[in-house]
Amino acid sequence: MLQIRLHGRGGQGVVTAAEMLTLAAFYEGHHAQAFPSFGSERTGAPVVAYARIDDKEIRTHEPISKPGVVLVQDKTLLGSVDVFGGLDPNGFAIINSKDDPEIVVPELCKFLPKGHVFTVPATDFAMQKIGKPLPGAPMLSALAAVTDILKLESVQKAFQERYPGKVGDANAETAALAYNYIKGV
Amino acid sequence: MLKQIEGSLGVAEAVALCRPGVVCAYPISPQTHIVENVGKFVKTGTLKDCDFLNVESEFSAMSVAIGSSAGGARTYTATASQGLLFMVEGIYSASGLGLPIVMTVASRAIGGPINIWNDHSDSLSQRDSGWLQLFCESNQDAVDTHIMAFKIAETVGLPVMVCMDGFVLTHAFERLDIPSQEVVDKFLKEYEPNEYLNTSEPISMGAMVGPEAFTEVRILQQRKMARALKVIEDVTKEYRELTGSKSGGLLDCYNCENADLKLIILGSSVGTAKDEIDRLKKEGINVGIISLKSFRPFPYAKLAEAIGDTKQVICLERAFSFGGRGIICPEVKRAMEGKNCDIKTVVAGLGGRAIYGTTINGIVKNALDGKFTEEFTFFDVDASVLNSYTQKTEGVSFPNGPICQSQIDNSVNM
Repeated sequence: MLQIRLHGRGGQGVVTAAEMLTLAAFYEGHHAQAFPSFGSERTGAPVVAYARIDDKEIRTHEPISKPGVVLVQDKTLLGSVDVFGGLDPNGFAIINSKDDPEIVVPELCKFLPKGHVFTVPATDFAMQKIGKPLPGAPMLSALAAVTDILKLESVQKAFQERYPGKVGDANAETAALAYNYIKGV
Repeated sequence: MLKQIEGSLGVAEAVALCRPGVVCAYPISPQTHIVENVGKFVKTGTLKDCDFLNVESEFSAMSVAIGSSAGGARTYTATASQGLLFMVEGIYSASGLGLPIVMTVASRAIGGPINIWNDHSDSLSQRDSGWLQLFCESNQDAVDTHIMAFKIAETVGLPVMVCMDGFVLTHAFERLDIPSQEVVDKFLKEYEPNEYLNTSEPISMGAMVGPEAFTEVRILQQRKMARALKVIEDVTKEYRELTGSKSGGLLDCYNCENADLKLIILGSSVGTAKDEIDRLKKEGINVGIISLKSFRPFPYAKLAEAIGDTKQVICLERAFSFGGRGIICPEVKRAMEGKNCDIKTVVAGLGGRAIYGTTINGIVKNALDGKFTEEFTFFDVDASVLNSYTQKTEGVSFPNGPICQSQIDNSVNM
């Protein structure tokens, strides 16, 4: 079972991103579960959402304290929230930033194996295509590129089905930018 | 049909498949998404021939539900926490009148202090309300139980509360198998009340009953509850055969063969516990789980059978009775009267404190090591929080770890 914890701020679509992640996993025949941390639904406040992906029924409903992957949608959380708490020593981290991982999270780069920490300019990509700072889709496609647990197309389909039309398409284009960024295409 | 959706939407779809004639509700977290979605179905025409009523309070919601159900319409509402309490006068009337209303309780703690998170203090506060109370361990269970609830309610002639853990289930986005309209139509026929308020053939309902017959009326209600035990089983069997579902029932056993210890759990912690019990099994520790689905009527005989000759039972309780002890445990003791079985309450998961696999592991290890020496123990206590108050005000401090009743009693007799 892959357990993913998503950190961001209220208004950035953190909870939606977790849901879209499981929708993409669902399209690929996986069992998946997403849920928010409750009680902090205020714009700008730190928000945590959780997702699990497995090939069998997911029965547990406990919060994820030992994630295999951490996604940080807002790098201003670094230093104020223990976003990497409990992260698997062989896990992965993806941070929304245009700077290199060694600059953004030097400690984490020493803690995790080489090539397990990634940065992606998700907000910049979102501004280019969506015109709003909504980094959810590019963060998920970065996750897909890093772990290969999902196809880019599934992430795109999730946003396009949930938000048919322009919004979904813009998210899909943003997702492609981030996917190719990680894959180095 | 398999869907990846929020639990609340799954329940809304299940309710819509049951073709209610009236849905009324007042929003309160964490129930809101359910009725919002039902409202959308009515507005878009997905759910036809249904009146959706926005009311100004939960008291009105229950009043409308009583009126519409008495008028012969299949009726649904949903609430939680303080909203449930605001309904209470009507809740007792609904059961006394024998109205088969179905209501979701998206279980949540009761304030004060205000707390919006999940535990069972709201639903269990209505233990004596005369409603059936069915608990759901997963969102799939919730979807299926709502569909069964209408049939159970209408067969028995009593209202049903479907209790699902607020947020933990209502806000979880999961894979759900939603039955087709065709299947639900086959399972649940159009509601045909024996009697209902009808201006062309007037009757009166809910007349005053004095001392000469009140006891007998109560016995009739208790009789309906007795009948409900079998109806729940029959309806579950029929639904499972039709859909292949594993949901519903009076209770469900997991790993109960030759278990050294059995945990009785209500609600969403059952799934978390199942995973932990599988891990414990690899350590050679054999623990069974009894997921208690029907709290009212309480399945005494069925539970005694499920416990069997197991000598130790822990009731994991997410609410308790102030000045008393656990709420589930006394019922289990009653079921096991005269049998050699040690039954205790362990309280955990109050007001949204998460129940982890490690919580279950700790409860099991403490139980098997004989560390629960009393009937009533608070398990997942943060002594530092407690001491930050008691040390300052009274110079009293509690040690780290679980706190049992005698520690509380002794702390006030110092």
